[in-house]
Amino acid sequence: MTAIALTRKRPFSGGRFLVWVGEHVVLVTVAVLFIAPIVFVVLTSFMTSDQTLTATVWPNPWTFENYLKAFSEVPLLQWFGNSALYAVLATAFMLVSSVPAAYVLARIKFRFANVIFIAIIVAMLLPPQVTAVPIYVMWAKLGLTGSLAPLILPNLLGDAFSIFLLRQFFLTIPKEYADAARIDGNGEFGVLWRVIIPMAKPGIAATAIFLFFHSWNDYYGPLLYTSENPAWWPVAYGLATFRGSHSTDWGLTTAITMLVMIPVVVIFFFAQRTFVEGIALTGVKG
Amino acid sequence: MLAPALLGLAIFFVYPLIASVYYSFTRFDLVSDPEFIGFRNYEYLFTKDPKVATAALNTLWFVLIMVPVKLLFAFFVANLLVRSRRGNGVWRTLYYLPALVPPVASVVAFVFLFNPGTGPVNTILKALGIHGPLWFNDPNLSKPTLLLLSIWVMGDVMIILLAGLLDVPRELYEAAGLDGANAAQKLRYVTLPTITPVLVFSLVTGIIAALQFFTEAAVASTVASGKAVVGEGTGSQLGYPNNSLLTYTQWLYVRGFGNYQLGYASALAVILFIVAAAFLVVLLRRVKAFTPEEATA
Repeated sequence: MTAIALTRKRPFSGGRFLVWVGEHVVLVTVAVLFIAPIVFVVLTSFMTSDQTLTATVWPNPWTFENYLKAFSEVPLLQWFGNSALYAVLATAFMLVSSVPAAYVLARIKFRFANVIFIAIIVAMLLPPQVTAVPIYVMWAKLGLTGSLAPLILPNLLGDAFSIFLLRQFFLTIPKEYADAARIDGNGEFGVLWRVIIPMAKPGIAATAIFLFFHSWNDYYGPLLYTSENPAWWPVAYGLATFRGSHSTDWGLTTAITMLVMIPVVVIFFFAQRTFVEGIALTGVKG
Repeated sequence: MLAPALLGLAIFFVYPLIASVYYSFTRFDLVSDPEFIGFRNYEYLFTKDPKVATAALNTLWFVLIMVPVKLLFAFFVANLLVRSRRGNGVWRTLYYLPALVPPVASVVAFVFLFNPGTGPVNTILKALGIHGPLWFNDPNLSKPTLLLLSIWVMGDVMIILLAGLLDVPRELYEAAGLDGANAAQKLRYVTLPTITPVLVFSLVTGIIAALQFFTEAAVASTVASGKAVVGEGTGSQLGYPNNSLLTYTQWLYVRGFGNYQLGYASALAVILFIVAAAFLVVLLRRVKAFTPEEATA
């Protein structure tokens, strides 16, 4: 989606040059403002706790103590473990249940297909708070509140947003490939496994990353189901909640903030293209 | 192949939707069985609830101000990026990066940046001779400060708009240029007609997201108040300072899961559903990707 539009070649005239300069001054200024918050957070995470209480921005001396304290004074490893468990299992379960469902909705004609598709759209867009009470009551009756199970297990029965997104990706695969595979004697599972999944790998990857990030970042779900039981806190919830007892220790707070961001940023840079195209697809394409 | 998803829709969507309506006519605390009380929850909601109006107005503020401002800013940046000739990918990544920061982390970062005593923002203001305000600790500024945060994380919207802008055929701009159109006229007659469906999509999904605005406000209150005690949950600090960040969904959370007034929380949920459904209808009608017949191949 990048290069196509930008190849127009035309010599610069004076006026166009000024416009170019003006636009780039704005681009650079806004970019600096956008990067500044992260830079301040990084710098503060390397300050001594005494220095964070002063109004300075440059660490003097540089120290690694906040990152060490993050693991010794806060149960950070446990939080990371919980987050990883939540995000990995939710993503794996979603793929097993949602890929076949999306394939059926994208490529098989049957009665009520439209009704089901609209139900999935509505389920995806409706605020989760609308259905929160009865779902909470169900998990409470099963005795599973106070754990991450209510946030992980439903993915075994499909995730509406993932089904929608996967379906959009599957629609871009020409029908002829599936037809050819059927003529070769494949059933629908065969078509899905041998044709659709290999061809839709980027789309499946993007959907998996979205759900992984959604679970890793989730605050509302863990607040609802694990706030009473710190043993199951994921790192996003833990970060928001631990601050109370360390209310002036900005060095420690910024260090943990950095550590929470790192997995997300690393995954993003490995899968940037897939990811960005996935976001674009949620909005317009298809 | 569809069966698990159908079961999921039934258990986690259709049933709870109906059950919410049923619970909304009951008094229910999870310990004893729901007791039918007619319209009493709704009566209380509309006439007596001390905070529901404050909470609804706060949510309305985010819908009316945060959503359009964020969208306009994302549109502005997307337009700049489309026109920049080189390094488009680098700029795009730079501007997108804040959207990648986990919301809780971005709120914590902003509470730090804007903390009145030692925060970099007030430090810089002081160097310029300005006495910085209290930001997240000032009831009049807490929402605008969250607005700044929402602008910072506008990357998702920007990417969607950028994709839409790149779909505008270049020939149209060249033709308009030959006809003597200036930049404003090109925006009005070439860009906007093509991009309008994308803007509508972003606006309505933005509104639906703002109706359920919860995490950023709740975390800002908890962290800025500095009073949340580990293990005690979040309930007591929600809305800090002075209920200025108490959104509708937080109030639903407090009544339902703080006070275990699940019947009353269901009534709040039903009202939320009615409002959200109105916007959903717009989306279902206007967005091509949401109409089932559509098939791109």
